[in-house]
Amino acid sequence: MEDAGAPAPILTAKAAGLVGCTQCGRVHRPGVARCTRCGARLQSRDVTSLQRVWAWLFAGLVVYIPANIYPMLLTTILGKTSESTIFGGVVELMHHGSYGVAAIVFGASIVIPISKFIAIAYLALSVQHQVAMSAHRRHQLYEAVEFIGRWSMIDVFVVAILSSLVQLDFAASINPGIAAVSFALSVAFTMISAQSFDSRLIWDVDGE
Amino acid sequence: MTAESPAELPAPEALMACPSCDALYVERPVAPGETARCLRCHEVLEAPRQTAMTRIIMLAVSAMILMIAAIFFPFLELEAAGRMHRSSLLDTVLAFSSGLTAPLTIAMASLIVVVPMIRIGALIYVMAPMAFGHAPARHAEVVFRVAESLRPWAMAEIFVVGVAVALVKVAGMAHIFIGPAFWAFVALVIVTVLKDNFMSRVTLWKTLEHRRPS
Ligand SMILES: [Zn+2]
Ligand SMILES: [Zn+2]
Repeated sequence: MEDAGAPAPILTAKAAGLVGCTQCGRVHRPGVARCTRCGARLQSRDVTSLQRVWAWLFAGLVVYIPANIYPMLLTTILGKTSESTIFGGVVELMHHGSYGVAAIVFGASIVIPISKFIAIAYLALSVQHQVAMSAHRRHQLYEAVEFIGRWSMIDVFVVAILSSLVQLDFAASINPGIAAVSFALSVAFTMISAQSFDSRLIWDVDGE
Repeated sequence: MTAESPAELPAPEALMACPSCDALYVERPVAPGETARCLRCHEVLEAPRQTAMTRIIMLAVSAMILMIAAIFFPFLELEAAGRMHRSSLLDTVLAFSSGLTAPLTIAMASLIVVVPMIRIGALIYVMAPMAFGHAPARHAEVVFRVAESLRPWAMAEIFVVGVAVALVKVAGMAHIFIGPAFWAFVALVIVTVLKDNFMSRVTLWKTLEHRRPS
């Protein structure tokens, strides 16, 4: 572990003909189906991992399109209803001078989802093709995707809070639009896509 | 220390593999307070802490109390044109209950309330017997595995930021009063972050294994 002296070439469990558990780190001889310590399913490398990554990523991308086209919020003031999309909401916030909050919403609903699509696709491609980024950088990218991806859900929560709070009958009311559903699905699908990725694959290409 | 070549490898029981990158190490005891990291990907492998178990349980119990308070006390109040509207956490969750957006209700309730509650309950179930010096409860392994897999789906802290954004959005059209439940929820988020930082997954699995009479 950390106290090792000179950086010796790293031997992986796979190269040693063994199987490591991705949950608790216990090492097993090949042929053991479930970890004897924690009961997690054992696989030297999750071979179907990439297929699932691509499938969920594609699903996330498909539902992200209606999320941007259809209204996220339906605001009714004195009987007149106006609709606003994700991007429209950001513009509105800028009009009110709330630049900080506009930046948060823009980041969470537009920058994070799009960079996440690109990052996951890049990581999946890097397993099968030679890429310039080092394994260590790609590992950090993967960590970032897993950590930041969930935060896209902010806008869905904002819609829920506004819809429950602003219900003053005729004077003013806010209701969720259909885009809230497809956006929430898009976030969920890309989260599953990132979780399906077997991070050990990043290092395999580098090692050989 | 790193395991160097397959020829001189000890038995699998004396080895451990990094859960993130599969690097192989020879097991050695990690002292309380020490943090062992993977040499290759720098992920934390083991981080045993003195009294970690007791602290996690105390934090989990307070999180449970805060969550119950957050559900039942008023969350936010809005006043516009002389009219008041009070909203609880439950109302927020149920905001999507009409028409096409109905399935979102279940998802919202899960992300904000149900999943965090399950995680808190599961951690108490797994750790309480061990903190008091007993053997782990029945099926503690399964319960802990479920709790860990639910981790990304507990979104209480994201919800809090959502509340802040929503407040800015309605600031122009109405007066907003923040109810006690909101502060309970903020406290819950802080407690949850503290609790998750006390935990090192591998250390916990090893403790579970050692305490289980075989
Ligand atoms: Zn295991
Ligand atoms: Zn590692």
